[in-house]
Amino acid sequence: MSEKIDSTRRKALQITSGALGAVTVGAFAVPFLSAWNPSEKAKAMGAAVKFNLSKLQPGSMAVVEWRRTPIFVVHQTKTAKTNLPKLNQKVTNPALEEGVSRSTNENFTILKGVCTHLSCAPKYYPEIEPKAWDQEWLGGFFCPCHGSKFDLAGRVYKGVPAPTNLEVPPHSFEGETLVIGEEI
Amino acid sequence: MEVQRKGMFSSVMSWVDKRLPLTENLERHLTKHPVPKKVNFFYIFGALLMVIFMVQVVTGIWLMMFYTNTEEGAFASVEYIMRDVEYGWLMRYMHSTGASAFFFLMYFHMFRGLLYGSYQKPKELVWLFGCFLLFLLMAEGFLGYVLPWGQMSYWAANVILSLFGAIPFIGPDLQVWIQGDYVLSGATLSRFFALHVVVVPLLMIALVVFHIFALHEVGAGNPEGVNIEKYRDESGMPLDGAPFHPYKTLSALPAIGVFFIVFFGIVFFAPEGGGYFLEKPNFEEANFLKTPEHIAPVWYYAPFYSILRAITFGIPFLGITSKFLGFIIFAGSIAILFVIPWLDRSKVQSIRYKGVYSKIGMVVFAVSFITLGYLGTKPVNEMRTLLAQICTLLYFLPLILMPIYTKYEKTLEVPERL
Repeated sequence: MSEKIDSTRRKALQITSGALGAVTVGAFAVPFLSAWNPSEKAKAMGAAVKFNLSKLQPGSMAVVEWRRTPIFVVHQTKTAKTNLPKLNQKVTNPALEEGVSRSTNENFTILKGVCTHLSCAPKYYPEIEPKAWDQEWLGGFFCPCHGSKFDLAGRVYKGVPAPTNLEVPPHSFEGETLVIGEEI
Repeated sequence: MEVQRKGMFSSVMSWVDKRLPLTENLERHLTKHPVPKKVNFFYIFGALLMVIFMVQVVTGIWLMMFYTNTEEGAFASVEYIMRDVEYGWLMRYMHSTGASAFFFLMYFHMFRGLLYGSYQKPKELVWLFGCFLLFLLMAEGFLGYVLPWGQMSYWAANVILSLFGAIPFIGPDLQVWIQGDYVLSGATLSRFFALHVVVVPLLMIALVVFHIFALHEVGAGNPEGVNIEKYRDESGMPLDGAPFHPYKTLSALPAIGVFFIVFFGIVFFAPEGGGYFLEKPNFEEANFLKTPEHIAPVWYYAPFYSILRAITFGIPFLGITSKFLGFIIFAGSIAILFVIPWLDRSKVQSIRYKGVYSKIGMVVFAVSFITLGYLGTKPVNEMRTLLAQICTLLYFLPLILMPIYTKYEKTLEVPERL
C-alpha cells in the first residue's frame, strides 16, 4: 500500500472510468431501443403500395389495402370534374387549395376509405341521379351506418355526422403507377 | 444487538441475526414500529393497498399461465380462461375488479394525504414516491387493459397513443416507435404484455419499498397533525404511539375482512360493474376498421380523460394544437400532485386546524374531480364540454392558489398531545 493517495490521479481515473461507463451504457441502449422500431416484417407490411392505373376506367373505383386500411382510388370522369366545383357551397370544407380532385393528378382521387365519423366504410355511388338521401345527387360516397355524405373528392357535406373530409393518404404518381404511402 | 432466546427457533434466529439483521429489521419496520394511537378510518387504505397489490400479483401470475400475447391469440385466450380453465373466470374477475379496487383505494389514500397534510415536511419523499406509484398504476392499468385485445382495448389504446403522435416534431415517429408498427398491432400488444407483467410491477414493488422505508423514517401521521415523537416514555416509545404489532395489525384485520366482503361481492355478482369495470365493447374482438360508437375510459381514468377532452382549443401562434395542449394539461393534472408538498405553506398539517380557505379548496378540488369523473364516462356535448372546462379550472385552482391561501389564512392551535 502506498502511504499517500494521489487525489489528482484518482480524480482523473474516476472521470475517465465514469465517462467510459456512460458511453458503454449509451452504446448498449442502442440495440435495446432499436428493437422497438418496426420490424422488417412490419416495415414490409407498412411499405408503400403500388397500383397500376392504366386498367382503371373513368368513373370506376378500385380499393387498395395499405397499412390495414382500405384506400379508395377513383378515376374521375370529365363530368365529375366539372360538377365538383358546383358542390363547394354544399360541403363543410371545400378544400379549394387541394384542387378539384384533391390530388396532384386531377384525373384521380385517392382517399382513405374510412368514414371520419365512426370509421365505417362509405359506399361509392358515382351515378348522377336522385337518391333516397339526396335528390340532387351528383355522385359521391354515402356512409350506410349514420348517413354521412361525401362528394366524389371525399369532401363532407354539411349537416351530416362526419366532421371532416375523407382523409387523403400520402401518395404520388409515377407515370401510370400510383404509389400509396411513403418510402420508409 | 444480540437477542437472547431459548429453544430451537430462537437459536436458529440468533444464528441468522449474527449474519443478517433480521430481527432488528422486523422490529424496526413491523412489530415494534410506533404508530399513532388515534387515527380514523382514512388510515386503513395503505394496508388495503398492500393487500390488493398482492391479489393483483398472484392472480396476474396465474392469468399469465393461460394468456397468449399475440394479435391472433389474445382475445381467444381470454375467452379460454373464462370458459375452459377451472376457476379461470375467478382469476380474471379478481384481477379486473382488483384494478378498480386498486384505484379506488389509491384515490382515498391520496385524499387522506391531502386532508391531513401527509406530504408536509419531512414527509415529502413519502408523498413523491406515492405520486410516482399513482403514475405507475395508471400506466399498469392502461397496459393491462390492452391485453384482452377487445374493441375497447384497441380503440382506447389508439386514442392514448395518438396523444404521443400529437407532440410537435417528434410525435409521429415516437408513436411508431412505441407501437412498433405503423398501426397499433400485435407488435404493440406483445411489448405492452412485457411491460405490464415485468417492468411496471418491478418498479412498483421497488417504489412501495421506498415509500414504506421513507414513511418509517419520518413516522406515520395522524388526523390531528400532532408530532407523536415529542413525548416518549423511558423505553423510548412515544406516549401517543403503540407498536405496529399487535395494535395496527389486529385493527387492520376487520377492515381487510370488510373490504374482501365488498370485493368478492363485486367479483361474484357484478364483475362488469355495470360496464364501468369491464366495458361492453370489449367483449368483441379488436377490429382495425370499426371504431366503437362511443370510446369511454374505465371509470378510474375518467377524471383525467375529461380534462384531456375539455381542451378544445390550441395556441395557434405557438403551433400548439388543441390535441397537444390537451395532452399537456392532462399530464399537468397528474404532475401538479407531485409538487403539493411545496405548494402548501401552512404551519399546521391537518385540515382540522387549517383555515376556511383550505377547507373550501379541498371541497372544490374533490367535487371537481368527481364531476370530471362523471363527465369522462359520458359522450361529449356542448354543455358537458363547458362543464368539464369549468371543472378542469376548479381542479387546478385550489392547488395553484395553495401557496397564497395557506400562508395567509388563520389557523387554529394544534394540541400538544394526541
